[in-house]
Amino acid sequence: MLGIVRQKMLEQSLKKIRPAVSVLRSYSSAAKQMTVREALNSALDDEMSADSKVFLMGEEVGEYQGAYKITKGLLDKYGPERVLDTPITEAGFTGIAVGAAYYGVKPVVEFMTFNFSMQAIDHIINSAAKTNYMSSGRISVPIVFRGPNGAAAGVGAQHSQCYAAWYASCPGLKVLAPYSSEDARGLLKAGIRDPDPVVFLENELLYGESFPVSDEVLDSSFCLPIGKAKIERKGKDVTIAAYSKMVGYALKAAETLEKDGIDAEVINLRSIRPLDRSTINASVRKTNRLVTVEEAFPQHGVGAEICASIVEESFAYLDAPVERIAGADVPMPYAANLERMAVPQVEDIVRAAKRTCYRSVS
Amino acid sequence: MNSASCAAKISTQPFSLNPTSPASHDRPLVSPKPTSLFLGSTRKLRLSSSSKLNLHRRSGTVVAVSDVVKQKKSKSTHSLLITKEEGLELYEDMILGRAFEDMCAQMYYRGKMFGFVHLYNGQEAVSTGFIKLLKQQDSVVSTYRDHVHALSKGVPARAVMSELFGKTTGCCRGQGGSMHMFSREHNLLGGFAFIGEGIPVATGAAFTSKYKREVLKEADCDHVTLAFFGDGTCNNGQFFECLNMAALWKLPIVFVVENNLWAIGMSHLRATSDPQIYKKGPAFGMPGIHVDGMDVLKVREVAKEAIGRARRGEGPTLVECETYRFRGHSLADPDELRDPAEKAHYAARDPITALKKYLIENSLASEADLKAIDKKIDEVVEDAVEFADESPVPSQSQLLENVFADPKGFGIGPDGRYRCEDPKFTEGTAHV
Repeated sequence: MLGIVRQKMLEQSLKKIRPAVSVLRSYSSAAKQMTVREALNSALDDEMSADSKVFLMGEEVGEYQGAYKITKGLLDKYGPERVLDTPITEAGFTGIAVGAAYYGVKPVVEFMTFNFSMQAIDHIINSAAKTNYMSSGRISVPIVFRGPNGAAAGVGAQHSQCYAAWYASCPGLKVLAPYSSEDARGLLKAGIRDPDPVVFLENELLYGESFPVSDEVLDSSFCLPIGKAKIERKGKDVTIAAYSKMVGYALKAAETLEKDGIDAEVINLRSIRPLDRSTINASVRKTNRLVTVEEAFPQHGVGAEICASIVEESFAYLDAPVERIAGADVPMPYAANLERMAVPQVEDIVRAAKRTCYRSVS
Repeated sequence: MNSASCAAKISTQPFSLNPTSPASHDRPLVSPKPTSLFLGSTRKLRLSSSSKLNLHRRSGTVVAVSDVVKQKKSKSTHSLLITKEEGLELYEDMILGRAFEDMCAQMYYRGKMFGFVHLYNGQEAVSTGFIKLLKQQDSVVSTYRDHVHALSKGVPARAVMSELFGKTTGCCRGQGGSMHMFSREHNLLGGFAFIGEGIPVATGAAFTSKYKREVLKEADCDHVTLAFFGDGTCNNGQFFECLNMAALWKLPIVFVVENNLWAIGMSHLRATSDPQIYKKGPAFGMPGIHVDGMDVLKVREVAKEAIGRARRGEGPTLVECETYRFRGHSLADPDELRDPAEKAHYAARDPITALKKYLIENSLASEADLKAIDKKIDEVVEDAVEFADESPVPSQSQLLENVFADPKGFGIGPDGRYRCEDPKFTEGTAHV
């Protein structure tokens, strides 16, 4: 199901201009606000200071302070031997990092966007993901590939693709997609400590967004489990499963739906591979309806996999067909109005949820 | 200025527009490059004098280029490099590039353009010097810094500006954007976001030109392809792969490196083991030339030779143009890492100012002529903005168009039947 609708100009331009403050009520008494950017920076800082085998590699991570300022201050703190500015050779430096990981150090490779990882994908899949298996457990690859993924604002077809489905289809990789600052911090720390290759899909438009964080999150030993989804909002009428930026949209949709008497449960997937099938299935068995939301191309996407999982395990519990919301099945256009139509909007999620509840869509 | 002093000036400094201060003094980390009185680096000339007798393919080709140039110089000590018409054409093209990019910056800050916009200010000499020597059927492949390549190749300013505004009258109907300018009519093959991505594409275009001539027997097909890319790209694997294949198959291509010393915030000297890019050409069996990319006449002379080689079927050339971008990497780049002294040094070598000085000093044009051109270009750019402003945004139905070239996208022909059922479609030269 494609959700393509014209977004109100004002809302969209506001989204582009300033970061929105999240109004989540599901966190415990939170004193501090932290942006996703700060969360990622602090996670890298913590892990680099705890383990001297962790080092960063990527374009502009050092002197430029990071193309999106995620690695700000780390060069000054850890020096050029641990924060390496590379030439523009994705295939080369990814291969070098994987080789280093074979020997036990822990590289964190930054791709300026995951679109550029296509130049290095041979090493991510063939050299990193498959090695533990091919060597029968003798060589593990404790590497993290991180960077912004998915659509930004007006950056055109070659800078806007979401790679969650591509990487998540490959056994041997762990694919994480954080939404809030807590997710970003916890999942990145977990990924760096993990002995397997981790693909960490951030989102450029979320970097500036602020979320409340509890003291537990700020602790240096804070880690989130890989492979467990989070119920961001409990509900009983329909389950909305999303990852990354779409979780924010799903939460807004849930607020709108509440006014119409539909109590939506929002699941933040957090981990695309391994996918937390048990949480999603348990939720669907409770609500009996499912809407999946993603920004990526629809065919063979995360939503398709979730739908198949539900059909395999909880078919009898479904009261309505699964609704799948994804980006338009076209390369991302540049023109602003076309771009708005190519990415799911809150209204699409609301309409899909209403369709599963057999309510009129108006 | 009388003709005698004119001639004297030319014979001592035949191709130099700028005062002979070596660029190297202001680039502290590079081993000093001697002044280029002749085209290309004098280092190359030193190579040639020692290996004149050693004319095997690798160093021989480098010698050949400089020899040709030296002969040209001795034959034409009294004539200027360009005629008045050519001079004015070059000036107009560079001014169009500069004015257009400045307008882009203004429009971006007013919100009319969005996303990633990469401006070409300061590098106009390379685009104008090379592209103005091409025919319509020759191809140009560029990177995301492609507005001025498009303009030099002949894409109307209106079409480029509309594309940047995301309007349906743009050269790609608003679907491509700043980084993806395509034009079949002008043989502009993009516009690529990933660096190094355009080089294999350009090599392929050159391959087609050769294929047309030799396999399809279009004997007069001598189309040349120019691939423009930067210094950062020269560390990318695709660059080397294409140098190898272009030389191996003697493809009619010129690899033009716009070495502006910076890849976003990464200095070329920090990223490259041997920063002299032109040396990488001979390693693959093609001439490697270094030229002052802030001097449009020098670039033009080198371009003539390189394009000529390609047209005659002698194979590829690697040309490194030492140039500089006056603005940041993109309009979102704060440009904090570049030394102000370096920026000032290159600002003083502005290619447009240099050409203007040359034209006036050699009486090829008067101030009034040049001012008239400035005014005309201002009007062209203003008109382009107005046109783009008034153009409609793409309609909703355009979102799903052009994903496939096949109208229904499923092997269904325009008449509605499956193509594979059409006997004409499956007929070929296969003998059953």
